[in-house]
Amino acid sequence: MMTRILATQIAFNWRRNLSAISGTVILLACLFMVAVGPSLVAQNPYDVMQLNLLDSYLPPVWLEGGNPNYLLGTDGQGRDVLAAVIYGTRISALIGLSATLLSCVIGTFLGLMAGYFGGWIDALIMRVADIQLSFPSMLIALFLMSAFGTGIDKILISLTAVGWVVYARTVRGSTLGERQREYVQAARVAGLRDAAIIWRHILPNVMTPLIVVATVQVGTFILIEASLSFLGVGVPVTQPSLGLLIKNGFDVLFSGLWWTSLFPGLMIMAMVFGINLLGDFLRDELNPRLK
Amino acid sequence: MFAFTIRRLIQMVVVLWAVSVIVFLMMTFTGDPVFMVVPIDATQGEIDQARRILGLDRPMIVQYGIFLSGLLQGDFGLSYVFRQPAFDLILERLPATMEMVVVAMVIATVLAIPLGVYAGANPGKPLSRLIMSGSLLGVSLPGFWVGMMLIWVLAVEFRIFPSSGRGDIGTVLGVETSLATASGWHHIILPAFTLSVGTLAILLRMTRAGMMEVTRQDYMKFARAKGVSRRGVLYGHGLRNALIPVVTIFGLQLGDLIAFATITETIFAWPGMGKLLIDSIYRADRPVIVVYLMLVALIFVVINFMIDVLYTFIDPRITVK
Amino acid sequence: MTTEMQPLLRVRELRTWFHTFSGIVKAVNGVSFDLAAGEVMGLVGESGGGKSVVGYSLLGLIDPPGKIESGSILFDGEELANAPERRLREIRGREIAMIFQDPMTSLNPVHTVGRQMDEMLRLHTELDKKARRQRCVEMLESVGIARAEERLESYPHQFSGGMRQRVVIAIALLAKPRLIIADEPTTALDVTIQAQILRLMRREIRQQGASLILVTHDLAVVAEMVDKITVLYCGRVVETGPVRQVLEAPAHPYTRGLIDSIPDPAHRLPRLRQIPGTVPDIRALPKGCAFRARCSGAAAICSEVEPSLVARAEGQSAACHFPLVSGETA
Repeated sequence: MMTRILATQIAFNWRRNLSAISGTVILLACLFMVAVGPSLVAQNPYDVMQLNLLDSYLPPVWLEGGNPNYLLGTDGQGRDVLAAVIYGTRISALIGLSATLLSCVIGTFLGLMAGYFGGWIDALIMRVADIQLSFPSMLIALFLMSAFGTGIDKILISLTAVGWVVYARTVRGSTLGERQREYVQAARVAGLRDAAIIWRHILPNVMTPLIVVATVQVGTFILIEASLSFLGVGVPVTQPSLGLLIKNGFDVLFSGLWWTSLFPGLMIMAMVFGINLLGDFLRDELNPRLK
Repeated sequence: MFAFTIRRLIQMVVVLWAVSVIVFLMMTFTGDPVFMVVPIDATQGEIDQARRILGLDRPMIVQYGIFLSGLLQGDFGLSYVFRQPAFDLILERLPATMEMVVVAMVIATVLAIPLGVYAGANPGKPLSRLIMSGSLLGVSLPGFWVGMMLIWVLAVEFRIFPSSGRGDIGTVLGVETSLATASGWHHIILPAFTLSVGTLAILLRMTRAGMMEVTRQDYMKFARAKGVSRRGVLYGHGLRNALIPVVTIFGLQLGDLIAFATITETIFAWPGMGKLLIDSIYRADRPVIVVYLMLVALIFVVINFMIDVLYTFIDPRITVK
Repeated sequence: MTTEMQPLLRVRELRTWFHTFSGIVKAVNGVSFDLAAGEVMGLVGESGGGKSVVGYSLLGLIDPPGKIESGSILFDGEELANAPERRLREIRGREIAMIFQDPMTSLNPVHTVGRQMDEMLRLHTELDKKARRQRCVEMLESVGIARAEERLESYPHQFSGGMRQRVVIAIALLAKPRLIIADEPTTALDVTIQAQILRLMRREIRQQGASLILVTHDLAVVAEMVDKITVLYCGRVVETGPVRQVLEAPAHPYTRGLIDSIPDPAHRLPRLRQIPGTVPDIRALPKGCAFRARCSGAAAICSEVEPSLVARAEGQSAACHFPLVSGETA
């Protein structure tokens, strides 16, 4: 009931909020690109057979020497930049979303444990969280990746390792509050098992603040992943995300071949900007105190 | 204050110890460093011998003991690549990194605070909206990409700034720094600005949020009723209150700057410890990585401690216990 | 008021409106009153009646979307309504000072009390540092704060609520202003110290020969403190007059209602009388008398013609078509 009212309210305010609308539009455009983009471009940039070395380093189509087959130009292997960006966006978005989901699930679980059971579980989880929070996420992820080596699975592990903390802390706080409520006390007296109480009574009540955290985190993760891949410790070269595309473009930037790095960067910016616009709006809606 | 300092010192030692354990475990369980020192065509006998020399055949706990006692003596071993003490290598490059981080922090603070105060004190004005959209864009930008685009436009196309390296070193007050020379400043502007973008945006948003909260307070209106000018109210009465939440993240931002300096240094070929770290990661030069991590951990705990102390100066309601 | 003496403050037809998204809030809508030098006036009404806005208007502290639409505020012959900010800044604190409702929030938490007091003197006097400090110490002592010299170095959070309000009063009086506006100065305080603070305020203000506008919803406070009383309802003056006269023989049913709702420990009424109904939406006031919906004596004319302020007895006037005779119960 409350959720329905809240949802209606948000939908109503959404329509009057320019940045919320622009954020949504940008994200829908990205989604469209990721979903149907690959079928719109002629080339699969990772099929070596489809690449033509003679077409390497072509500028975007509106510049002299541009080729209409490659709207945004090509890179050193004759790879269509537009196609590479579309495929790269897929990888970047996939990593950002999956890592956020993993962090959210693990962090929420640990936060529930810490808040509901307290004691040494709480102390342990929160100590680790405290120590971790005094170090920048980027540095921890960089360190983990340097130990693990490249790979999408390893990025997911690293990002989750830095991402769970914020959920754990938020959930722990709200769990502590919920645990004191009469209905939880009543359920305990009635002999309901802890797992059932947590799942049915506490979890639904601590989820709302996580929406904002999760939204913004997708953006943060996309940026961190891009940075790691740029440094060469992120995705493997066979699965280039936007960050790796920029890195490849960096090597030729000094020869004035800017298009191989400009467009992937713009894509990251658009995606993260869209996410942040929406995140800002949700923060205002779900946290009226800050209005 | 004394008890507070002692307690915090103990805390700092505990954190550093925890970091040392984590670093040790990660280093031990990921890959075998012995292959970094033996030639590719080494025989099993040679490998075993190297393992013995490196102490890798001993029990884990003993290895950790050796590792820890090394740390405590500032002995991190020789860099596999440079064959020099890893500690010296990092220490040599520390000033260059700190120089860039400090300049970036100054740029971020100097720009963020007035803009944040303006946007917070005049919500709804077109300029405030522009500032806020700009700052949101600022947190959405990949910093390294901004740096590259700056290189492309300002260094490659227009040749206003150099694209890489650190300028001439001069000496100010006994400190060797490139900030003492004009060429040093010429070189540092682009990388420092690149590094500052994210922090600038975040500090700005925090200042603005703090200011918006503060402008609602009665003491602001009371100050105006006393006849204080609008400017005086904003900066004299509002700012310090608005900065309380900003100070909290200041330390974390300083940490972020050090972390992201690794990328900025890589892009601008800045001879700092961040670039050395990345190079060492490529070459699996463990001793250097360990020194970097331990040193940075030390810097972070010190920064956090200083922020806590600073806090008590800016907000008299907080007393150190 | 006779013409022989110019009042210190003469407010005429003051209108302060707030242009909000949901309509124009006419918080103050045609308020007039005079205040002589050294006189104490109570500005009374329910919350939302526009009392505080009158106070802020006098100091030019109305922020957008609020605006003084029209009317005149003559302070010692000088027009303050929409006066330039530069001039208003000189007047604030020096000529007209204000005491806020909540002492817990009206002092800046990050500055020492001494600094906040000093600021007032720095802005409005030529005194040197030492003389300013001397004056601050004297002022703190006279509002009853012990060890004043030391306390100057304290921060607001180191004072109790009552002590903080003493500090606020001290700050307000520092530059010897001729008019003080006190906005519900004791509402936020403990009942036990309310009387103390009020007495202190009256004593100090009398001593300086300043005038006082006491904004309050509490008629009990007014009865003890003020010379005259002005009752506001929905942004308009409904009754004004000498305090004895108005309290003993209110002419407006709203005033009557306010008096009846004072808890009276002496008479121990079985139940407090409440004014029926609530304050109407000020954005869409109906035609006629704003009070008529809550008034038992309302007639047809009340919903047609807005009553204007008519002189009743010596110095007393009321805005009512059917004013009460000799204070009868409404």
